[in-house]
Amino acid sequence: MRLVGCHECDAVVEEPFVPDGGSAICGRCGGTLFRRQRQTVEITLALSISGAILFVVANVYPFLAFELQGQVAQTTLRSGVSALWGQGQYAVAGLVLVTTILAPACQLALLLFVLAPIQFKWRSRGGIRVFRWLGRIRAWSMMEVFLIGILVALVKLSDMADIVPGLALWAFALLIPILAGALVFLDAELVWRELEAVE
Amino acid sequence: MTASVLPAGMAHAQCHACSLVMTIPEEARESRLGCSRCGTVVHRRKPNSLSRTMALLLAAVICYVPANVYPIMAITSFGKVQSDTIFSGVIYLFVHGMWPLALIVFVASIIVPTMKLVGLTALVISIRRRSQWRPQERSRLYRIIATVGRWSMVDIYVVTILVALVHLGSIASVEAQTGAFFFGAVVVLTLLAAQSFDPRLIWDSIEDNDE
Repeated sequence: MRLVGCHECDAVVEEPFVPDGGSAICGRCGGTLFRRQRQTVEITLALSISGAILFVVANVYPFLAFELQGQVAQTTLRSGVSALWGQGQYAVAGLVLVTTILAPACQLALLLFVLAPIQFKWRSRGGIRVFRWLGRIRAWSMMEVFLIGILVALVKLSDMADIVPGLALWAFALLIPILAGALVFLDAELVWRELEAVE
Repeated sequence: MTASVLPAGMAHAQCHACSLVMTIPEEARESRLGCSRCGTVVHRRKPNSLSRTMALLLAAVICYVPANVYPIMAITSFGKVQSDTIFSGVIYLFVHGMWPLALIVFVASIIVPTMKLVGLTALVISIRRRSQWRPQERSRLYRIIATVGRWSMVDIYVVTILVALVHLGSIASVEAQTGAFFFGAVVVLTLLAAQSFDPRLIWDSIEDNDE
């Protein structure tokens, strides 16, 4: 018999049988105990690979161009960070670097590193040590918030100059639902059981 | 389906990282234990949860004032300089008729940080007073605070994008200002405060009362 703990209220519960696609709810506080995902490794891995490709595109190409009196300025994710750094806002630059570039990159790399060996039956070590960081990294990965920031910036600039959306903006807009989907379809408990069986 | 709850008081602990529930022998309750599955140090409750949360909240309250008083950026356009605070940024969007966006920014930049400071403080006080009052609603309040906290970053990103995009000297340029630093500090400190708060403490005084 396996025990399950409620993340919200710490009730300890005997794991009820839940069919794939179903979820279990805590009898005390009503929080979700867990969901059982179908084909969690396949789907999450597929989404993570697409996410990684889009992430590269989003970082290489400019996401906005700004045109005023014949002068054009472009911005990529990195140039935003370095412009803040250049103005002496080191802390804010670091915060933006971590939440929009480093954390999402680590999140994607971590998912690929853990899931690919399970899916393709490769022998690998270190999955357990790496996978436990996922929750912490996730808290600092804020690309969906950044997208709203882009929208607000667009509005503020629209009566000042011409704004041209770049390739990275579309990559970004696609990457956000894909990464969110990867985490929704990820059933961490099932992955843990696979890792436990291997190592 | 709804799972039935085991009687309280049994020596169980759950790993924060991998969610494994372990039965802890009575004699090992006070010692440092590693999770048998992933090796993370296991705590029955987050260590010093209330003190850490209060300390981070206090720091956030201190930063909250300059974050709202000082401008977060200065926009130069054809020689005219205009400073934007968090609040004036929201007003700008309202005046320009961008209602949906104005509403998002108003909620993200003004309502959410304030709600986090007030809500978390109330939760800490309720636990200190061993309150029995509506644990489900208090748990829900914590869930909301933990979920929406990140959206306060919107204004930081707006400043970043404007600074990166608009640098045409005296024709048009944007410079980040002190307010941005303090506002970023409020966001990070309240995120950390929410992370160090342990929602299970809400239920402890209720369990104690059951026994």
